[in-house]
Amino acid sequence: MAGRLPARIGVLMATAGFVRELKKIVGSEHVAVEQQDRVCYSYDATQMEFLPDAVIFPANADQVSRILRLANREKIPVFPRGAGSGFSGGSLPKGGGVVLVTTRMNRILKIDTDNLIAVVEPGVVTGDLQDAVERLGLFYPPDPASLRFSTIGGNVAECAGGPRAVKYGVTKDFVLGLEVVLPTGDIITTGGETYKGVVGYDLTKLLCGSEGTLGIITRIVLRLLPLPETRTTMLAVFDSIDGAAGAVAAIIRGRIIPTTLEFLDHSALACVEGEFSLGIPSAARAVLLIELDGEKDLVEKQAARIGDLIRPLGLIEFKAASDAAEAEELWKARRLVSPALRKVNPDKINEDIAVPRNRVPDIIRRIDGIREKYGIPIINFGHAGDGNIHVNIMIDRSKPGESEKAEEAVREIFRATLDLGGTMSGEHGVGLSKAPYIPMELSGEQIAAMKAIKKALDPNNILNPGKIFPE
Amino acid sequence: MQKSSFALRQFGKLTAQGERICHDNLVTIPFVVSLSNHERNTFARGSGVTFSSKAKPNTWTPEYMNPLHQIEQELKKCVKCGACRAHCPVFSVVGREPVSARGKIALARAALSGKVELDARTRSDMSKCLLCGRCVEKCANDVPTDLIVLAAREALARRRGITPFYRMAGILLRNRGMLNAGAFLASLFGPLLFRKVPASSGLRLRFPLPYIGGKRRLPKIAAKPFLSRHPEVIPGVPGKPRVVYFVGCMTNYLYPEIGEAAISILKSIGCTIVIPKDQQCCGFPALSGGDLPTFRRLAEQNLAALENHRADYIMTSCASCGGAFHRMYPKLLAERCPDLAERCRSLAEKTVDAVELLEKLGFTPGDERTETYTRIAYHDPCHLRSRGITRQPRELLASLPDVRLVEMEAADSCCGLGGTFNVYHYGASMGINARKTSAIRNASVDVVATACPGCMLQLADGLHQGAVGTRVLHILQILARGVGQGKDTFSR
Repeated sequence: MAGRLPARIGVLMATAGFVRELKKIVGSEHVAVEQQDRVCYSYDATQMEFLPDAVIFPANADQVSRILRLANREKIPVFPRGAGSGFSGGSLPKGGGVVLVTTRMNRILKIDTDNLIAVVEPGVVTGDLQDAVERLGLFYPPDPASLRFSTIGGNVAECAGGPRAVKYGVTKDFVLGLEVVLPTGDIITTGGETYKGVVGYDLTKLLCGSEGTLGIITRIVLRLLPLPETRTTMLAVFDSIDGAAGAVAAIIRGRIIPTTLEFLDHSALACVEGEFSLGIPSAARAVLLIELDGEKDLVEKQAARIGDLIRPLGLIEFKAASDAAEAEELWKARRLVSPALRKVNPDKINEDIAVPRNRVPDIIRRIDGIREKYGIPIINFGHAGDGNIHVNIMIDRSKPGESEKAEEAVREIFRATLDLGGTMSGEHGVGLSKAPYIPMELSGEQIAAMKAIKKALDPNNILNPGKIFPE
Repeated sequence: MQKSSFALRQFGKLTAQGERICHDNLVTIPFVVSLSNHERNTFARGSGVTFSSKAKPNTWTPEYMNPLHQIEQELKKCVKCGACRAHCPVFSVVGREPVSARGKIALARAALSGKVELDARTRSDMSKCLLCGRCVEKCANDVPTDLIVLAAREALARRRGITPFYRMAGILLRNRGMLNAGAFLASLFGPLLFRKVPASSGLRLRFPLPYIGGKRRLPKIAAKPFLSRHPEVIPGVPGKPRVVYFVGCMTNYLYPEIGEAAISILKSIGCTIVIPKDQQCCGFPALSGGDLPTFRRLAEQNLAALENHRADYIMTSCASCGGAFHRMYPKLLAERCPDLAERCRSLAEKTVDAVELLEKLGFTPGDERTETYTRIAYHDPCHLRSRGITRQPRELLASLPDVRLVEMEAADSCCGLGGTFNVYHYGASMGINARKTSAIRNASVDVVATACPGCMLQLADGLHQGAVGTRVLHILQILARGVGQGKDTFSR
C-alpha cells in the first residue's frame, strides 16, 4: 500500500491537469470524473467492466479533434462510446483513460427526399432516425435488435446487422460518406453525398466496422430507400432443422427474397416453451419467421407462393398475420428467447457466428455435438436467411470449471464455423471478447496488414487500444 | 450523529435549469423540527422492519446496506443490455447513464461491493427516478428497478439520514391532525400569501413555499378536507356491492371534487359507500424518501382502517395510491415485514381503481349521441398503465354521448411529476412534461382526462406555463355529469 501510494498520487496529479484541459475544451459540465460517473461508463452489454478515469461529452467535431490532439500529446487513451449496448466490449476503457461519449452529437442534419439521403450526427438513436425518415415515406432498413437505444455512430463503427439484412444488407451497405476525426486530431471526410464515387481508397468502407480504432465518426451520410407499402409476417413450424433450411433454400431458389428469415432451433424452442408454454407443437424442431415487404399485390402473391414452396418440407404449422397485432403475436416466441435464456443459467456467452446459409443445418448439428460433449446448455436462434446464428452458451460462472469449459466450447464452435466456410462474428464485432480468437480466422499476414493501417493512422495507439488484435 | 433536535440543514439550491441539487450540509437554516427520541431510536433500529433470510449480509458490511442486500438477487438479473435507455423519461431529458435504470442498478451493485459510497452524489443519482415503472415493463429480464431504487433510497436514508424535506413530509403524514390544521390555515391565508393565477387553468395559486419553488402552481386548498364532509357509511341499495373508498391525500386536500364525483357515481349505481375516517396517506411519499418506518406505520394504519368493513371492493381514485396498494404493499412491504405479508396481499386483491370498478359494475353513463360534443384526450397515469389498465378509461369516455375521444400522441408517457421527484428536480420534471403539453396542444382537444390527481396537477401546470387553454379533469368528474353531478363541468 505504502509503496504504491506515491505513484498513484503522480497519476492523479497528471490526471487532474489533463482533466482541467478537457474541461477547457468542452466546458466543465461536460466532463465527468466522479466515481459514480466512472462506474456508469465502465460497462456495456458484455458484463465486462473497466473503470475509466474520466468521461467526456463533446458537442462537435472540432471539440473531438482538440480532445484527440491533447490525448496524443499526453499519450492518454480515448475510448469512443455511443449507447454502450455493444456485445463485444468494443467501447470499454480497458487499462483506463477517457471515455468519449457521442450522445450529445445527436442531430439529424438533413433528410433529402430528392437524393434519398440522410445526414446525421453519430449520437442519433437509430430508431429515432428510422421514425424520422419513415414520416417522410422513406426507409433506413438496418435493424439491429438494439435499434431503439443504440446510436447510429455505434452501428456504423461496429457495422451492425439485423434481421432485414437478408434483403437489404447491413449498416455498411447504407453508408455513403463520413466525417471522421483521426486519432491524431485531423478532421477528414470520406465518400460524400453521391451514390457513386471512386476517387481514392474507399475509406468509408474501411471505417465501417473498424470498432472505433481508426477514427471517431462525427457525421454520417446515409442512403435511404422508399418505404415499402406493406409488410406481412408468417410463421412456419418444421419437424426438422433440415426442413427449415430446405424452406430457406426453396424460397430463395423460387426467386423471392424475404425481408427477414429468422429461425429458432430445437434448443431455443424447448427453452421458450419450457418457460412460457406458448403451445408450440411438441414435434417442432425448428421455427421460421418469414417477413415480406413491398407493394401489396406482390407481397400477397409471394406469401401464397411461399406457402406452396415450403409445404412439402415437413411443415407442421403455418400461420400468416393479417395485421400488426397478429404479427407481434407471431414474433412472440422469438422475442421471448432472451428472457427465457436467463432462467436456464445466470451467465450468457453470446456468440454470433455466420455460415453460408445452406450450411445452417450442418453447423446446428455440429453445435448439438458440442453441447453433448461439454454438457452445457447451448441455445441457437438467429438469422437463417443470411446464416448468422446467435449461439448462446448458458453457464453459471460461480460454479468452478464452468467458465473454462465454456471457453473450450466456444473455441470448438468457432473451429466448426470456420470449417464450414463461415466467420466468427456476423454483426457483433471483435472488441475485447473475441480478440483472443481472431488468429483462428485471420492469417498472420492479414493481421499484420490491419495493424499497419492502425499504426499509420494512430501512431501512439491512443484510440481505443486493446481492441480487435490479440495482445 | 444523534442530537436531541436538529436543524434542517438546507432547503437545497437551485441550478440555472431549476434542478434542485440536494447536498446535505450545505446551508443551515434556522428551522427546527424535533423528532421524538422514540421516533429516532425506532428508525435507527429499523422499527419492525425485518430482513428475510434471503438477505445474507457479509459480516463486514454495515447494517445500513441491508436493504440492498435484500434485493441483491434482483440486481444480478440486469444484463446491462441498455434497453431501459429507450424508455426512461428522466434519461430522455438528462441523457447521462447514471440516470438510466441500468446505471442505477450498476450504482447499487457498486455500493454493495464498496466501489461507490452512499454519499450525496449517489443520493442525487438515486433521486432521479419517477418510479413510473416504464423500465420494469420494458425489461426483457423483469428487473424491478423501482424496487431497487427504493431499496437504495432506504439504504441512503439509513446511512445519511432522511433528507429534511422527506423528514418534514414524514412528520406531516404521520400526523393527520397537523396536516388538517395546516391545510385549513393554508386555505384561509393562501389567497393572501400566494399569487393567484387565472382561474381557468384549474390552478389557483403559485406556491412560494420552500421546496415547492416559485414556479409550481397548485390548486386551491380545500377549506374542508373531503374526509370530513361525509358520514363514514352511506347506505346503498341492498344487494349492490359494498365499496370502501380510499380517498388519498391529493383528493382529500386539493381535489375534493374528485371524491364528490366518485360518491355521486357510486350512489347512482346503488353501492353502499364506506369512507373510513381513520384512513391515512398511502405511504408512497415516505417510501420515496427511503423512510420505511413511516411507510410501515401508515400501511399498518391503512390496513386496520380498510380491512374491517366487509368490503366487496376497496376503491382508489388515485392511480398512485392504487400503485402503492398493488405493488409496494405486497411486493416491497410484504417482503420486508413478513408479519404484514398476508394482509398486504389480500388488500391488493381487493383494491380496484375507480375505472376498473365502474367497468366491472357495468356502469354505462350515456345513451343517444348528441350533436354537439366535447373533444377529450386521455392521459394514462403510469401506475395504471403499468397494471395494464388502459382500455377501461377509454371505453368509459368513448361511451359518453357528448364526448369524442381523441387519441393523442404519447398518451401513455409519464407526465413527469413522479410524486416527490418534481420537488427535487422541477426542471427535469417540467422538461419531461413539455412533451405532454405539446401532444395535448397538437391534439387540439377541449379537455384532457386522466385518472390520477398527481397527473392532473402536473398536466395543468404544464398547460398553464405553455399557455394552452385545455382543461384537465379527472375521468370521474366527466363521468359524474351523467348522474347529475357538475353538469357544467366542461364550461369555465
